[in-house]
Amino acid sequence: MSTSVVERIGNATLSHLEYVGRLTIQFRQALRCLGRTLPLIGNRNRWRSALWQMLAVGVDAFPMIGIMAVCAGFILAMQGASELRRFGAMQFVVDLVTIGFTRELGPLLTAIAVSGRSGSAFSAEIGSMVVTEEIDALRTMAIDPVEFLLAPKYMAALIVLPCLTIVSNACGILAGGLFMRLSTGMAMSVYLQYAVHSMVLRDVVTGLVKSLAFATIIVHVGCLEGFRVQGGPDAVGRSATSAVVKSTFLVILADVGFTAIFYLTGGY
Amino acid sequence: MAARPVISVRDVVVSYSGQRVLDGINLDVFRGETMVLLGGSGSGKSTLLRQIIGLERPQSGQILVNGTDIGNCPPKELKKLRRSIGVAFQDAALFNSMSLEENVALPLWEHTRLEESTIRLMTWMKLAVVGLAEFGHLSPQALSGGMRKRAAVARALSLDPEILVFDEPSAGLDPIVAAELDELILGLKRAFNMTVVVVTHEMASAFRIADRMAMLYKGSLIAVGTKEELQNSPHPRIRQFFDRIPDQIADPAVIDNFFERYVKGG
Repeated sequence: MSTSVVERIGNATLSHLEYVGRLTIQFRQALRCLGRTLPLIGNRNRWRSALWQMLAVGVDAFPMIGIMAVCAGFILAMQGASELRRFGAMQFVVDLVTIGFTRELGPLLTAIAVSGRSGSAFSAEIGSMVVTEEIDALRTMAIDPVEFLLAPKYMAALIVLPCLTIVSNACGILAGGLFMRLSTGMAMSVYLQYAVHSMVLRDVVTGLVKSLAFATIIVHVGCLEGFRVQGGPDAVGRSATSAVVKSTFLVILADVGFTAIFYLTGGY
Repeated sequence: MAARPVISVRDVVVSYSGQRVLDGINLDVFRGETMVLLGGSGSGKSTLLRQIIGLERPQSGQILVNGTDIGNCPPKELKKLRRSIGVAFQDAALFNSMSLEENVALPLWEHTRLEESTIRLMTWMKLAVVGLAEFGHLSPQALSGGMRKRAAVARALSLDPEILVFDEPSAGLDPIVAAELDELILGLKRAFNMTVVVVTHEMASAFRIADRMAMLYKGSLIAVGTKEELQNSPHPRIRQFFDRIPDQIADPAVIDNFFERYVKGG
């Protein structure tokens, strides 16, 4: 019995290590061909494909992320206000919302929304192409599937996720302002002045750096789950679920890491 | 027929989870000939095909395409080799997100620096060869099974390959459409003097198109020869295959063995 437990632990460790290994190899391959997705100097088809992905990953997600950020901004302001009011420190709600969004909620909310929307779409698209032998067809036509399918998605996510994060930050902070206007009658212009005052460039930049890391995780996990599909259509469904679960988990794990680094280096 | 083989399979061994799927295969395909790989389900013929087109590597042995080992060559060389092989997959494997025209044009877009107008003309010509010239704007989902297979042939032809490979061209088609596809393969071979490799288990189709045939059984080649040689072969497996004699589905020894173990509680 003890052997089987040890065996199981060993097998699970090996399969996780294999996953990390495949992720690393795929990341290296993607970095090597990422330049080919650039306009003018790259391949005309890749850039066009990256633009389409930007529309799908970014523009189409815009309303959803905006509304999510407004709601989260409102929630944060209300929760903060209910405690801070007791100490007569309502003005700190502005700091709470501004710092909370630029450092943490903006990038994290965006990443979770994009992981749910696009991470699953990436894995389903590639997974169904594996099932219908389209990936094999690409390889026999001497077209690298990583360059053809993953690189444009990666380029698009690297551009779009920071943009969406900025949108999310703005919506969240504005929602905080709206709350303050409704609850304390603070004028929006005054609120914005306070908000700008409590906003630190380092917070915004670290938030954007995080969003680049989250983009990397979402695209690579989503695509790898697709490439790993074996079997029929049911496997495609499982891969989409797995892409969302794994990428959300890894996004939060990476967030802890980043926040710890920023905290220890004295920024927070 | 020239004596130099275009495809040379040398002692190829492939196993999946300890089970040998291909067991020391040796086969030569010569320039300009149509080689049909015959075999029942699970005989390893599709695995052999995947090895020949370089999608998988053998555990041992090698596959030489024009003298280059396709399983073990630098990426640049592999890319060149792959451009010389056109593959028509069993279920066509057309990209559903693209129109038929875009599917056929894709290899040209990827590997050439031709003008858009030239690519369009070349695409139209390839589609015309397979009789789909006026359907280029349609998406693959809008086509019938036979049309999709012909479209896959057009895409396989787009870089003017030297070798054309078909995986089960007649599978899932009615006899008339299957016969049309056979004629298309014969026509292409005549027109472009291509080397053609076809994997199939459809006897009528095999006899119509083959110059030579190779018969696989349980991962081994049990016969290679002309149509007549195989047709007259006394080998019991070949006779069984040609005369459509079924295997005994339920093996009594296996059933006895199972019950014996069941009773003993194993």
